[in-house]
Amino acid sequence: MSSKRIFTIMILTMAIVGMGGFVTAADMPEQVSIDRLSDLFEGVEFDHAMHTELGEDCSVCHHHTTGTGTTDERCISCHADSKEVATVGCSDCHVAAPFSSEHINRKSLEIYQFHIDTPGLKGAYHWNCIGCHEKVDGPTECVDCHARTTKGDAFYHKNAIGSSGAGGE
Amino acid sequence: MSGISRRRFLAASLAGCAATTLAAPKKALASGIFTGYPESMGVLVDLTRCIGCRSCEAACNAEQNLPDPLLPFDDKSVFDQTFHGGTQKRRTDENAYTVVNRYNPEGGEPVYVKKQCNHCAEPACLSSCFVNAYTKTPEGAVIFNKKVCVGCRTCMVACPFSIPAYSYSSAFDPLIKKCIFCHETRLKNGKPPACVDICPQEALTFGKRKDLLKIGNQRIQTHQGRYLDHIYGENELGGTSWMYLSPVPFEQVGFDPNPGNEPIISHVKDFLSTVPMVLAIWPALFVGFQLLAKKQAGHGDHDHDSEKQHDEEGAEQ
Repeated sequence: MSSKRIFTIMILTMAIVGMGGFVTAADMPEQVSIDRLSDLFEGVEFDHAMHTELGEDCSVCHHHTTGTGTTDERCISCHADSKEVATVGCSDCHVAAPFSSEHINRKSLEIYQFHIDTPGLKGAYHWNCIGCHEKVDGPTECVDCHARTTKGDAFYHKNAIGSSGAGGE
Repeated sequence: MSGISRRRFLAASLAGCAATTLAAPKKALASGIFTGYPESMGVLVDLTRCIGCRSCEAACNAEQNLPDPLLPFDDKSVFDQTFHGGTQKRRTDENAYTVVNRYNPEGGEPVYVKKQCNHCAEPACLSSCFVNAYTKTPEGAVIFNKKVCVGCRTCMVACPFSIPAYSYSSAFDPLIKKCIFCHETRLKNGKPPACVDICPQEALTFGKRKDLLKIGNQRIQTHQGRYLDHIYGENELGGTSWMYLSPVPFEQVGFDPNPGNEPIISHVKDFLSTVPMVLAIWPALFVGFQLLAKKQAGHGDHDHDSEKQHDEEGAEQ
């Protein structure tokens, strides 16, 4: 029982670190800092309020965990009556290191019949943002959402000899 | 009488030798096709996910300590580069073990294709190498020992994907250069290669090859119409550790659509298995022939003489 409580606390902490706050449908954050993986790029200050006003239903990002629930026929067979969950941050389900040996070995057990292909946290972020932005002509270049760090500039060889000086795009 | 039994003995023993030599490799061939280590790792490349950011190229460059690039890794003008009169897109070389190319399939969105060593289960480079520089590791990587490489470049010719490159720029220590699945720094420690780690779109999925096949088939089934119903590399050329999912027919994005499912070595195994037979059997065979011919020649003379004698006898009569 106590280990379950510790687990809950851990999840909560992860949610706070990952999404900048504890989120429920009733108390939606205006702004969400997505900075858990920032390294070569800065984190993203995600304007949650603006995106909810676009009228998309919550499940586009939150699947079956909060708000309107899912309408995707592939998910409904199991998640039609899924309860709203306590934490709805991306990192609550999408792990930061999806290709670590322990995660891969866990995946190998065939108990996760449907969720054998859950993307990692980085994939989940980028699919959700870029996937939508491509459809609605939103920003899709890397630096449109997050500025590159000095480490990132070096990593991408911003000052390569053939560079046009327009590095950072 | 003794001549005939000697001839029979020779013929029978030769036939026996030939039969065993021919039969033995046939049997070995049938059971000897290697389909990969059961727990080996692989990568599933999902071409519907790649956005052409080239981060994998940057990560590879850093991980493998490759020379500085001419253009920054976020420069997308490289997608317009072509070679050999516009017939060839960028390919891997001594400075880049992986490259991303852009294809514009008929009437569709551009498709970005990452190229690197596909790490075959039965690699042609390995079979072609006469100093045995190549190894297919149990983790799935095709690595090579640069200490024994003599620079013959046969592997470059043998590779069906045109992957191994040569450091022509090095006058004194030229070597074969290719993707090694980050074997030394990552794979053998259970970590994904650098390109997989960096990919923002998770276009590269790292896992056990057998799980990747399940995942790939699940994606094809779940997202009807998104993918071609084919995992390139599942069976091609005997199977590869790196496999591809594509939204369009593979020939439209630079793949050989029909390389066959036999590993390259199958095309030469039959021929090569006759080499020991030639070495072992031919000397005996020809010595046998020689002996027989000599014997035959002796008989011939004798017969001829006796015939002559007979004729003479007849004439006398």
